[in-house]
Amino acid sequence: MSTFILLTITGLGLGAMYFLVASGLSLIYGLMGILNFAHGAFITVGAYGMWFTEEHLSGIAVLPRFLLGALAGLVVGGVFATLVELVLIRPLYQRHIEQVLVTVGLALATVALVIAIWGNDARAVAAPAWLSETTTVAGAHIPNDRWIEILTAIVVLFALNAFLRRTRYGLIIRAGVENRAMVTALGIDVRRAFTLVFAIGGVAAALAGVLSNVYFGTVDPQRGTSLLIFAFIVVVIGGLGSLRGTAAAAVVVGLVQQYANYYASSGLGDLSVVLLLGVVLLVRPRGLSGSFA
Amino acid sequence: MSRTRQWVVPLVVFGALAFVPKLTVDIPYLFKSSLNTPGTLQLLALCLVFGGLALTYDLLFGFTGLLSFGHALYFALGVYIACIAVTKWHWDFVPALAFTALVGVLLPLALGAVSLRVGGIAFAMVTLAFAQAGSILVFKNPYKWTGGEEGLGTDYTKLPEAFVGIFNTKNLYWLALGYAAVVFVVVQWAVSSSPGHIWQAIRENELRVEVLGLRPYTYKLMSFVLASFLATAGGVVYLLLLGGATTDVTGANFTLTLLVMVVIGGTGHRWGALLGGILYTYADHRLSDASSSHAVSQLPSFLRTPLQQPLFVLGVLFILVVFFVPGGLARLGHVRRPRTLQRLQEAIQR
Amino acid sequence: MNLISVSDLHVYYGESHVLQGVDFDVPEGGVTALLGRNGVGKTTTLRALMGLVASRGSIDFDGAEIANAPTHKIVRRGVGYVPEDRDVFAGLTVDENLRLAERDSQPQYDLVYDLFPELKQRGKQLAGTLSGGQQQMVAIARALLNDNRVLLVDEPTKGLAPLLVTEVARVLERVSELTTVLLVEQNLGVVGRVARDAVVLDTGRVVHLGPAKELLADKAMVNRMLGVG
Repeated sequence: MSTFILLTITGLGLGAMYFLVASGLSLIYGLMGILNFAHGAFITVGAYGMWFTEEHLSGIAVLPRFLLGALAGLVVGGVFATLVELVLIRPLYQRHIEQVLVTVGLALATVALVIAIWGNDARAVAAPAWLSETTTVAGAHIPNDRWIEILTAIVVLFALNAFLRRTRYGLIIRAGVENRAMVTALGIDVRRAFTLVFAIGGVAAALAGVLSNVYFGTVDPQRGTSLLIFAFIVVVIGGLGSLRGTAAAAVVVGLVQQYANYYASSGLGDLSVVLLLGVVLLVRPRGLSGSFA
Repeated sequence: MSRTRQWVVPLVVFGALAFVPKLTVDIPYLFKSSLNTPGTLQLLALCLVFGGLALTYDLLFGFTGLLSFGHALYFALGVYIACIAVTKWHWDFVPALAFTALVGVLLPLALGAVSLRVGGIAFAMVTLAFAQAGSILVFKNPYKWTGGEEGLGTDYTKLPEAFVGIFNTKNLYWLALGYAAVVFVVVQWAVSSSPGHIWQAIRENELRVEVLGLRPYTYKLMSFVLASFLATAGGVVYLLLLGGATTDVTGANFTLTLLVMVVIGGTGHRWGALLGGILYTYADHRLSDASSSHAVSQLPSFLRTPLQQPLFVLGVLFILVVFFVPGGLARLGHVRRPRTLQRLQEAIQR
Repeated sequence: MNLISVSDLHVYYGESHVLQGVDFDVPEGGVTALLGRNGVGKTTTLRALMGLVASRGSIDFDGAEIANAPTHKIVRRGVGYVPEDRDVFAGLTVDENLRLAERDSQPQYDLVYDLFPELKQRGKQLAGTLSGGQQQMVAIARALLNDNRVLLVDEPTKGLAPLLVTEVARVLERVSELTTVLLVEQNLGVVGRVARDAVVLDTGRVVHLGPAKELLADKAMVNRMLGVG
C-alpha cells in the first residue's frame, strides 16, 4: 500500500511537469497551428539558466540561491521564447510549415549549443535540503520535491484558467483557438496574442525545466527533448487546444508511467505511455477532450 | 521531359560515380585525402546511404503526403535485426538478410495498418510514438540482444568477405552507390506507375480519390510498406558500412534530421531528397573535422565553441534555408516551383 | 459619393480563377445588394474586401487602397462583417462574443439590445447552444456594436424560418438608416425590401449594375441572371 502511494505521488509529480510543458504546447498549437518543436529548447534554457545562476551565486546560502536560480531560469525561458516568436516565427506569419520547420532547426541548434558550451554530462543542481528529505504519508516515504511539483502545477492550472476566463487577452486566445480568422475579422491583431502565448508557454516550460532540476537533482542537455516527447503525447491524448484535457492527460500519463514501471517491469512504463497514445488515437482521434484541430 | 531523357541523365550520373574508387584525384578542402582512399570512400558511401534513405522518406512524405515522424524506426530495424541475427543468434549472413527482409515487410504492414487509420497530426504522432517505443526497446536491452546504450558490434566472421576489412571499402562504396541507385529507380518507377499516380492524387486531394471509388487507405499502406522496406534495406547497408549498430539511429532526433535533409533538398522530386541527404551527411562529417581545424581554433572562443558542434551549424543553416530558400535546393534549379511546403501543410491539415 | 470602389478584382483559389476582373462601386448610405447564383463568387468578393483572401486589383475604401491589407487593419477603418456561416464562437458566451467585438470606447449596447432583446436575456449562455436564428442575431449584433462606416453582410437569412427572415429584414432596414450596407442575399423578397442598388455577378464577373427595384421588376432578367423562376 505504501508503495502504491509513493508511486501515485511520484506519478502526479511527473504529470505535473508534463502538464507544464504540454499546456504551452497545447495553447500554441491551438491558437497558432504550430507544432512547436523548440519547446524543448525552452525547457533546456530554463533548466540551464537556473543552474548557471546558482553556479555564480555559490557564496550565498542555499535557499536564496535556489530561489534566485529558479527565478532566473523562468525569466530566461520567458525572454527566450518571446524573442523566438518575434524574430523567427512572426516574420513567417501564415507560412505555417516554415514556422514548424524553423522550430525544428532551433531545437537541434539549441541542444547542440548547450552541449558545446557545457558538455554532454549531467551537472548537479543545488536545492534546499528539505526537498531531498522525505515526508511519511500512510507508511510511504515521499520525497518532498514531489509536493512542490504538484502544488506548482495546480497553481499554474488555476492561474492559466483565470487568465483565459477573466482577461481580454484570455478571451482573444480562447476565441482564436476556435477561429483565428474571425478574430481578425473583428479588428483584433492576433499577432500580439501569438507572442503572448509563446511567452506564457516559454515560462511554463522553463518552470518545468527548473522543477525537473529538482526532481532529478541534475541538469543535462537531453532533458528538454525527453520531456518534450512525453509532453507531445500528453497534448495529443488530451486534445490539442484544451487546457483541461491536457491536465487530465498529464495525470493519466504520469500515473501509467509509474505504475507500469513498477508493477510490470522497469522501462515498460515509457513503452506503455507510447502504447497508450496509439490506443487513444485509434479509439478516439480527437483526444480525451474531443477537441482536435 | 521525354521518357528516355528521364533515364539517361541519372544513368550517366550513377555510372560516373561508379568510377570514383578508381580516381586518384585529390580535392583539397572538400576531402581530407584523395578520392580513392578508404577514408574518403567511407564518407561518400555514408552520404549515398543517407541520400537513398532521404529519398525513401520523400516517397512517403513528398509523393504520398504522409508526414511520418517515425521513419527512422525502419532504418534502425534494418541495422539492429541484421546485427542481432548474425552476432547474437549466430545465423549466417544470408538467412539473417532474409529474416530482416521479412520483418522489414511485416512490421510496417502491421504498424502502418494501425497508424494509417488516422491522418494528419494524429498520424505523425502515432508514428513518433511507435519509433519512440522502438528506441526504448533498444535501450532496455532485452535478453542483452541490443547492447543497450553501448550498441552492438557485428560478428565479422559471418559477413561476406567482400565487405569486411579496410581494403574492401571500395566494395562498400559500390554497395552504397548500388543502394542509392536502386532506391532511385524503384521510387521513379513506383511514382510513375498507376498506384504511384494515385499516391500523388491522395497527396493533392484525398477526398477526390475516395469519390472515384478508390480506398486511399490501401494505397497509403502500399506506399508506407514500400518506403519502410527500402529504409530497412538501407539499414543493412549502413550496418555493413559501420560494422556495428549504434543507438543514434533510433532517436526521434534522427527522424527530424531526415526531415531536414528532405526539406533542404526539396520534396517531391526524384533527386531533391537524394541531394539533400548527401549534402547533409557530408556537411555533418566535414563540419566535425573543420571544427578541429587550424582556422577555427584561431577564432575567439564565443565563435569557436558553437562551431565545434556540427548540429549547431546545421540547425542554423536549416533555419536560414527555411527563411530564404523554402523550396529547398531543387527549387533553385527549377522553373516550376515545387510545392514542398504546401505539401507539408496539406499533410498536417488532413 | 462612393464609399467602396472595386476595380479589376481577381481572386484565385489554387488553380481556380474565381473572380475574373470584378468592377463595381458601393455608394455611401443605403443598401447595395450583391446578387448571383450559387458559386459565382459573391462570398469571395466579400472575403477579398475583408482581406481574408489574397487578391489582385484595386479596392478603394473611402480614398484608401485596402486590397491585401491585413484584415484587422481593414476592419479598424470601420468595417463590420457578418459572415455566411455566422462564425460565432461556440465556446464563448453571448456576452463574451459581444465583448470580444468591442472596438470603440463607447460600444452601442443600447442599439444592440433594442434590436435584439433576447441577447440580453441569454447573455450567459454558450453561443454554441443557441439556435441558428439566435446565432444570426449575435453575428449581426457584433457588427453593430461599433460605429462602422460599412457592413459586409453575407446571406443573413440563409437557413432561417420565414418568421426570422422577416425579423432580419426589419433589422436590415433599421441598420440601413444608420450605415452603408453591402448585402449578399439570395432571398429576393428581402432584397426588394431593403436594397437601393444591385450588382449582379456571373462566373466571376459583374454582368449588371443598376437600381434594385428596376432589376427585380424585370422578371425575364431576374430569371436569366439569377436562375430563379
